[in-house]
Amino acid sequence: MTSAAARRLPRIVHPVAWWIWAIGLAAAASRTTNPLLLVLVLAVAGVVVAARRTEAPWARAFKVYLLVGLVVIAFRVGFRVVLGGDLGADEHVLFTIPHVPLPGFMAGVQLGGAVSAENVVSASYDGLRLATLLCCIGAANTLANPKRALRVLPAALYELGVTITVAITVAPQLVESVQRVRRARKLRGDTARGRRAVRAIAMPVLHDALDRSFQLAAAMDSRGYGRSGAVPPRVRRLTVALLLAGLVGLCLGGYGLLDASTPWLLGVPTLTAGVALAAAGLILGGRRIRRSRYRPDPWAFPEWCTALCGVAAATAAVVAGARNASALNPSIFPLAWPTLPALPTAAILCALLPAWLTPPPPTAAPSSVRHDHPTRTPERAGAHA
Amino acid sequence: MIRFDHVTVTYPDAPTPTLRDVDLTIPAGELCVVIGATGSGKSTLLGAINGLVPHFTGGVVRGRVTVDGRDTRTHPPRELADVVGVVTQDPLAGCVTDTLEEELAYGMEQLAIAPAVMRKRVEETLDLLGLAELRHRPLHHLSAGQLQRVAIGAVLTAHPTVLVLDEPTSALDPTGAEEVLATITRLVHDLGVTVVIAEHRLERVVQYADSILYVPGDGTVEYGQPDQILARAVVAPPIVELGRLAGWTPLPLSVRDARRRAAQLTAELVDVVAPPAVAQPMEQRSAVLRGRGLVVRYGDVAAVRNVDIELASGEVVALMGRNGAGKSSLLWALQGSGVRDGGRVDVGGRDPAGLGPGDARRLVGLVPHTPSDLLYLDTVGDELARADAESTAAQGQSRTALDRLAPGIFDDTHPRDLSEGQRLALVLAVQLAAAPQVVLLDEPTRGLDYRAKHELGFILREIAAAGRAVIVSTHDVEFVAATAHRVVVMAEGEIVADGETATVIISSPAFAPQVAKILAPRPWLTVDQLRVAGVFPHGAPCTTVDATP
Repeated sequence: MTSAAARRLPRIVHPVAWWIWAIGLAAAASRTTNPLLLVLVLAVAGVVVAARRTEAPWARAFKVYLLVGLVVIAFRVGFRVVLGGDLGADEHVLFTIPHVPLPGFMAGVQLGGAVSAENVVSASYDGLRLATLLCCIGAANTLANPKRALRVLPAALYELGVTITVAITVAPQLVESVQRVRRARKLRGDTARGRRAVRAIAMPVLHDALDRSFQLAAAMDSRGYGRSGAVPPRVRRLTVALLLAGLVGLCLGGYGLLDASTPWLLGVPTLTAGVALAAAGLILGGRRIRRSRYRPDPWAFPEWCTALCGVAAATAAVVAGARNASALNPSIFPLAWPTLPALPTAAILCALLPAWLTPPPPTAAPSSVRHDHPTRTPERAGAHA
Repeated sequence: MIRFDHVTVTYPDAPTPTLRDVDLTIPAGELCVVIGATGSGKSTLLGAINGLVPHFTGGVVRGRVTVDGRDTRTHPPRELADVVGVVTQDPLAGCVTDTLEEELAYGMEQLAIAPAVMRKRVEETLDLLGLAELRHRPLHHLSAGQLQRVAIGAVLTAHPTVLVLDEPTSALDPTGAEEVLATITRLVHDLGVTVVIAEHRLERVVQYADSILYVPGDGTVEYGQPDQILARAVVAPPIVELGRLAGWTPLPLSVRDARRRAAQLTAELVDVVAPPAVAQPMEQRSAVLRGRGLVVRYGDVAAVRNVDIELASGEVVALMGRNGAGKSSLLWALQGSGVRDGGRVDVGGRDPAGLGPGDARRLVGLVPHTPSDLLYLDTVGDELARADAESTAAQGQSRTALDRLAPGIFDDTHPRDLSEGQRLALVLAVQLAAAPQVVLLDEPTRGLDYRAKHELGFILREIAAAGRAVIVSTHDVEFVAATAHRVVVMAEGEIVADGETATVIISSPAFAPQVAKILAPRPWLTVDQLRVAGVFPHGAPCTTVDATP
């Protein structure tokens, strides 16, 4: 039995728990266009991220997701303004932009014309919903170390595992390569722009990336990644097929669950089938793959809480939608001020609990033993070329 | 332990096999050093031990390689991971995880070692390699020497019986290299690991070797006692050259042994004045570059702190110092393209930082740490033509420069197919096309064999003799002793020593070249000096002192 004090010791929360929590929040957000609820979801995600993110580089990315969210809203509204369409009888015209006549074969598309308040509001609700979904996924990415999450991936998917690891390791290094090569270009006095400059930078960078990917894949292999032992190829192929089918089912089911307009068959049933297939593949694969975990992230009380809070938020949104859809989707025609329905609000606020119920993330080594090497000095940048 | 049974390796499109009919056995517990020129097939030989050749590289392997009884034909590298540990030249390229502790555990996880055993082994390895206080550090925050030790530790935790290292010290400063090599010898002594290590700078490892594998480059491989192989190998460290010149048999391989043999020689050298290791630059020298109060910062870290530096025409200056001491930052700041937060540089009355890149490179040319960053065209001919056009030089000027630096490179060769040394020569030719007054080179000796380094030294002295100034940053003491007129040592962004080569490098034990260590306290630096002085007129130790410089 772990004492309450032991439970509060800083440690990493299981990445899967954060993903379930984030997908639950996203599922709740996808069921509503109520801006008050959506902003509430954003606020909850923001508070939890601020409270429980680590000091790792990827943990500073939440700001980027928020910015991308703003861009999404702007695009959504911008397009709706330009491609306004016909106005209903009692819509409120905000302003009118010049109407561009289009050739006959593009009938049905209208460019320019009057812009109504209803149109703008509906577009911004849609944009806000998309942005919120994006930020929920961003929150999961910020809270869970992508490489630790990858450890959950079964070793039966050997090639996929290598590919993803190489991609998430080498991609950030590409940025550094580009900086290095661009600086080196100056040494040659080449200030060319356009196509030739792209070639001059891309060629060395891509060569570099290819070399590194190859080296990393070779290193993973030399250290025993994907050891299979004596397994008949038939079993191996069956495992891979089951797992891939399971993953496809999981993706489709998740999509069906998030998008209320898809047939019900694409929702829970597909998700369940996906889970079943993936589980079968894991069991079959697990029989032969022998791997162990060094200091595995435990699945304990905080993980259950986190996952359950996410599931609760999603369930409440679905139930509330079935009982009273108008509260979740405030009226646009006629325009009405949105209200805050009690049940979904409580459920979303419940997703705030992990900010307190989970242990804090571990801090990096005390600064007294740190004799830092700047990661961006030319010497360090070149050291792994 | 490792058995090569008539092994022949042929890569696709290669006219001749890289290794031909290799037949040898490396017994358990041995430290075997693989020597040979660049491109002779050392890496192929090492890769064949754990099956990376041919499972990862392609090519055709005839014959059979067995390690601990396992045939690499039927066992891909991952199935040999519990027997063979591999450490590569670039430790960061092989890092799979983010933090030190996870990296140490990664190999064990793949081998399904029980969690309790893993915890214990990680702690033991942290102590064995002296990394305990860095355990939670992200790998990106470690120095190159620490990273290389992590890479060794990461394969050690799986308790392999064979350790294969491909040039593990080539990116390290002398002290970092010592640390890594000390670790390796300790493993051989304490744990009985069989070690196969490839290394260009033999002066660092040859004294620890039980046997040597010599890869001359024609596909054959010789295997035998260190002193016997080194007596005739083309690649040889200074200590061996000295031994050969003095006719010592058996050849001493450690400085300690050589000092004992050299007692008489040292006594005889009392009255001999050492000729200069590097021909002095011409008499009338003028300052070509003057840097004052240079400062470079990255965030809160000052990489270069208020450095003053002056260069005269005709001199080759070596810039030394441990990894991360600010050498590269200083070179980039001098060239003008890099970050410079303070101070000014004066080259003929102008500051390169204030000029466009095209004009700056006519004052100061820099060959960066990764020279291939500058090459992007498909053939050497195209690169040279572009270089002429960029520097508005006469057509064919850079071709002439390249032919002088490294003759025999054809126009239709792809730059990626050149050897390290040839690629360096190509980039140097490209930079020289602009006829800069000052030439800077950032660690050009990395990965070069003795011959290539010898040629590079000759080229640099020639460039200087034409009235230019050269700064070369390097960790290679032997290269410095044979090439540089002056040595500048940096630490923590400051210049801590600046003076004549002989004075600076003899005064510190870590930096002294082998000949200086053997003949201490006599101020001799290179074997060539002894040759020029005629100390051994007939290739045998002299009995009377009659030679004068």
